[in-house]
Amino acid sequence: MRRLCLYILGLILAAGTAPAGVDVPVIYLKQQVDRPPTLSNLDPVPGDEGESGALLGLADNQTTGGFLGHDYKLETVIVPPGGDPVPAARDALAQTPFLILDAPAATLLAIADLPQAQGAILFNTSSAATALRSGECRANLLHTLPSHQMRSDALMQFARARRWDTLALISGTHPGDIAFAEALRASAAKFGLRLSAEKTWAFDADMRRNATQEVPLFTQELGKYDLLLIADELHDFGRYIPFNTWLPRPVAGSEGLVPAGWAPVVEQWGAAQLQSRFRDLAGRDMRPRDYAAWAAIRSLGEAVTRTNTADPAAIRAYLLSDRFELAGFKGRPLSFRHWNGQLRQPIPLVTPRAMAAQAPLEGYLHQRTELDTLGLDAPESACTALP
Amino acid sequence: MKQLLLIPALLLAAPLQAAEIWVTNEKDDTISVIDIDTLEVIRTIETGERPRGITFSRDYSRVYICASDSDTVQVMDPETGQILHDLPSGEDPEQFVLHPNDRHLYIANEDDAVTTVVDTETRKVIAQINVGIEPEGMAVSPDGRIVITTSETTNMAHWIDTETRAIVANTLVDSRPRHAEFAAQGSELWVSSEIGGTLTVFDVATQAEKAKIEFAVKGVHPDRVQPVGFEFTEDEETVFVALGPSNHVAVVNARTFEVEDYILVGRRVWHMAFSPDKSLLFTTNGVSGDVTVIDVARREAIKSIKVGRFPWGAALRP
Repeated sequence: MRRLCLYILGLILAAGTAPAGVDVPVIYLKQQVDRPPTLSNLDPVPGDEGESGALLGLADNQTTGGFLGHDYKLETVIVPPGGDPVPAARDALAQTPFLILDAPAATLLAIADLPQAQGAILFNTSSAATALRSGECRANLLHTLPSHQMRSDALMQFARARRWDTLALISGTHPGDIAFAEALRASAAKFGLRLSAEKTWAFDADMRRNATQEVPLFTQELGKYDLLLIADELHDFGRYIPFNTWLPRPVAGSEGLVPAGWAPVVEQWGAAQLQSRFRDLAGRDMRPRDYAAWAAIRSLGEAVTRTNTADPAAIRAYLLSDRFELAGFKGRPLSFRHWNGQLRQPIPLVTPRAMAAQAPLEGYLHQRTELDTLGLDAPESACTALP
Repeated sequence: MKQLLLIPALLLAAPLQAAEIWVTNEKDDTISVIDIDTLEVIRTIETGERPRGITFSRDYSRVYICASDSDTVQVMDPETGQILHDLPSGEDPEQFVLHPNDRHLYIANEDDAVTTVVDTETRKVIAQINVGIEPEGMAVSPDGRIVITTSETTNMAHWIDTETRAIVANTLVDSRPRHAEFAAQGSELWVSSEIGGTLTVFDVATQAEKAKIEFAVKGVHPDRVQPVGFEFTEDEETVFVALGPSNHVAVVNARTFEVEDYILVGRRVWHMAFSPDKSLLFTTNGVSGDVTVIDVARREAIKSIKVGRFPWGAALRP
């Protein structure tokens, strides 16, 4: 009966021209988290972050699906702060094997380990944690958000190319800051750069008043360096560092020159079209998590289009195969790393006004693809869950 | 020395008024006009915002320009460079094709997932056809019965019946189809896929895939070999294919579908146009802001001509 209904619906949607057939329900599950306060309220995080990216990807899929008789649907489930996302995930998995997840790393693992999730396809669009791409990977969990390591590798390629060989680092104290700082250290070692000094930002003063007085003194102790790295993923203090440093030096990382999965200044490779479609839909600029959610649902759509099925095992096999390629508006095809389920992708290095460069930079070679110079390569990843 | 030999040969063959190549400069809002005899830019003409697709009317008395960011198709007098009027094109026109009836323009509206049909005489939209996301490549069969729109994000060629103005078939191609052309007296349809890195050849009668052409440029990763614009020689025996950021043009045997040669050109090569006798080929190189002149017989680049910023489309004015 259900199939008959779908068949009729398919006929109506495709005006009788396309074969009916494939039903692709997707659930976007978001675990809301309270954000710690930050010094400035200049850049609030939009409430629809991620979700609007998924909606745009849905619209793209539906247009293609309309010609092929593939019917995509997206439902959003939001778990408020403090709520338990696991029952919500269980309910979602009863309806579909395709989930787009926006939740902290621990929640992602709890969902991926549910008995109902075995054989499902879960997309991580929110956590950059290295462990999820290494020892804590899961066979059913793919990652469309770049890892911390991919972003820090992108930045270090740039620093190396500019011969900014000596680095200093200021890191915040939040878990995201610590994880990004860890990735920066690892990338500096990977690309042969020297981290000469490190400091932790643990002030509780209001830097809007004091930046010009505090930051020069604070950075004086860093000694000599070429590039100052900032690990401040909540955007708490970092915005007050540039131009206030003791030495006149460029700033990069969470502030200044930022390696980002996506940014409003990306305009080449047809990206201007994606940006304008997103702005029409959401009334704001597209952010990295929006892009990750868009890439997740578009990857699913691409796999359904090419395989003409919504069988999760077939979709998963296709996504992880050499045949899969996603046109992601970054100048080259995107694909998944078969060893840890990470979407390999170029990383733009951006300022608020322009894209300064896009990694991988020319000259960083790799036997498979230059994209694998960013993030954990097969020998570096401790992931064994994927084939 | 080579050039010295070439130029007198061209002068002998040239008609009274020298032929020209018109190039749209996407980020300068201008057209650069190249004199084919001297291989110099002789005029720069202002256009609307972000000019991309460019084509002449059959008698060359009008030139149509997709001014993408002005959301219009401009109609220009090529003698004076004056804009005569705008055509209602739908939003963000990128590429178009003029029907053999010399009257109907089929326009891809990149931001709108629509193909718009405009009557250039009445200056009215006569149809809008829903297609895939980001329509771009446009082609018309020699008999005028079929128009093709390719959509970049939907990854399809949409086959439009020009009588009913309805889609009669949709065929999947590799990622990000950019350009389409009919060949072999209209019996084949060729479509380039930028991200897929391939050219797909369809049999028009059955809409079945007949061949798929792949490219391999020495020293360039396959991801960077991105076919976009392409053009056939007069005899339709050979096709020249722009390979985007690989900075090469491929020479493909249109009968055997084999790649015979790669020619190094400027950076991010987009589209191209032939001289009237098809002895020279002019490619627009988006990133390097120049046009490469290729000697077709020798399959060699012979000159680079600086034009405006981000040259995109090219059209011959004989």
